[in-house]
Amino acid sequence: MRRIAEYVTIWVPLLLSAGHVVLFTAWTTWMSFTPSTLMPVSGWVGWRNYTAVLGTRNWSIAFDNLLLFGAGFVVLTALTGLGLAILLDQRIRGENVLRSVFLYPMAVSFVVTGTVWSWLLNPGMGVQKLVNGWGWTGFRFDWLIDRDMAIWTVVIAGIWQASGFAMALFLAGLRSVEGDLIKAAQIDGAGPIRLYTRVILPSLWPIAVAVFVILLQFAIKTFDLVRALTGGGPGLATQLPALVVYDFMFQRGHIGRGSAAAVLMLLTLLGVLLPYGAWKLYRQRRAARA
Amino acid sequence: MAALAIRDVRKRFGTTEVLKGVGLEIENGEFTVIVGPSGCGKSTLLNIIAGLEKPTSGTVEIGGRIVDDVAPKDRDIAMVFQSYALYPSMTVRQNIVFGMECRNVPKPQRAEALARVARLLQIEPLLDRKPAQLSGGQRQRVAMGRALVRDPLLFLFDEPLSNLDAKLRVEMRMEIKQLHHRIGSTMVYVTHDQIEAMTMATRIAVMHQGEVQQFADPDTVYNRPANLFVAGFMGAPPMNIFSARVEATPNGVQATIGQGENAVALALPDTCKPHAGRAVMLGLRPDCIAEEHRRFGADAAGLTIEAPVEMSEPTGAETIVVLRIGGERALARVSPDTRPAAGSRARFSLDMRRVCLFDPGTGMLIA
Repeated sequence: MRRIAEYVTIWVPLLLSAGHVVLFTAWTTWMSFTPSTLMPVSGWVGWRNYTAVLGTRNWSIAFDNLLLFGAGFVVLTALTGLGLAILLDQRIRGENVLRSVFLYPMAVSFVVTGTVWSWLLNPGMGVQKLVNGWGWTGFRFDWLIDRDMAIWTVVIAGIWQASGFAMALFLAGLRSVEGDLIKAAQIDGAGPIRLYTRVILPSLWPIAVAVFVILLQFAIKTFDLVRALTGGGPGLATQLPALVVYDFMFQRGHIGRGSAAAVLMLLTLLGVLLPYGAWKLYRQRRAARA
Repeated sequence: MAALAIRDVRKRFGTTEVLKGVGLEIENGEFTVIVGPSGCGKSTLLNIIAGLEKPTSGTVEIGGRIVDDVAPKDRDIAMVFQSYALYPSMTVRQNIVFGMECRNVPKPQRAEALARVARLLQIEPLLDRKPAQLSGGQRQRVAMGRALVRDPLLFLFDEPLSNLDAKLRVEMRMEIKQLHHRIGSTMVYVTHDQIEAMTMATRIAVMHQGEVQQFADPDTVYNRPANLFVAGFMGAPPMNIFSARVEATPNGVQATIGQGENAVALALPDTCKPHAGRAVMLGLRPDCIAEEHRRFGADAAGLTIEAPVEMSEPTGAETIVVLRIGGERALARVSPDTRPAAGSRARFSLDMRRVCLFDPGTGMLIA
């Protein structure tokens, strides 16, 4: 009896989720080679959907935006998280409360984050209005509607959402640094800056790599945040690949091209995850040999 | 001038008092070993000497200077840790010069000091490796190099050999001792291993429950333990302890162990006379009980007794015999070829010159 229960609780969800992922990935890949438009149809068009997607201005802008957003979001989130972790690591009072506060945004849906930040950043009702109301009438903070700066509003909202998560990982890393190392550095006479830059942070880089990879895959699949915050605008200023997929599939009714764009996103993701997996495997092998 | 003076140092964590008024004066060039079971406060004391922890009260003086408000880096000390605490991202070379780098020592001097230490410890071929590429013994050497390169007033060792395997531990023990002979610096060495304490120290501080039980040279600690704790902690196997009565007889002073027909009377040295008529705890090291024909020192014929044997344990270099004296269990170290059978009776020779008497109430050594 117990074995049956085990099979049901373990294998049924596992098969369902694995099947879900694998089957739909395969199906989407198949669709990307068909001439499907509003409805899925079979047929073979070769790479036509891919060349079409890659040739659109929509996609190339989205991909440029992704590079900018990805770099800004990953680097700044990691730095913010590391800064918070270092500050929290100073054995301060109320650490538990602060840690939860910084982690909370992670529990909020991206849609909520996007919506709230769209209010905060809206010049007519958010920060700008507040500061103007304080009497500084010349203050301008209208990145949300500025073509060149709008992508940075997405970065800001992303940092707000994800830096607590980076902080949690970094804090765990800081806490696992051996106490004797810090004592030895104290006796050697390392000040706080040298202590961090030379002794503590170098031992954190495996965690930093993990943080970078996780944040990068967040960035690549970002959809709801942008959708709620800017809707991809103004114009195409904050267009990202996931929005392009949505646009092709459900706005323009071109399932073939949408699928091709989705597969291109998957390839980008693999471009991040496969090297990371290989690197982890290499480290494990090396650790096993040592 | 005392190289290190600790005066009435107390340390409290919440309601538990870890150090209850410790005082030690250590002379220049001494190798002091602080030994005690885990939780006795010895590591806390070392951290307080290093300045890594603040005492609740009391003062620490290094080289005649009170250092209570001096940061660890300015105390002119160097420390070797149990975990070695080598900086994992730096090479051996960088590990060794890191302290000088922090103190802005000019580069030519750094190189000179590095070369001197690398030669002394024979780690020249390792200089460009990372700690992860070194064996335990090599890491230990590098950790010592990092301490030596500073040429400090005081070396602190925090159980530096506990992570090594038995063979390497013995080698490194000798090496540290030779090193002390060669450079003659003042060293304070914390360990829970009483063999390390006996072999390396010029003076041993035995700690228990946050207090120094005895601070003396190894021979005194071994032969004249200040109290029952020291008697039981130092030496393996530990000192035999019997409850006994001291009596003055026409033939001299004697101690009686056991009751009725089991009772055994042992002649005591005359120095024990003042304690006649008292109940005492009598301590006799296992090496003071040997096979019948052993002559201890210059004595012509010592005291011999017959005793029932419970068990013999040959160790190769000697045989440990479990016997009963006056009904109480005792251990004896006899020559390796003496192997009395379990259940038999055998004669043993006793070295009563080295007997210790303790007060049964306070546990303190009285004679």
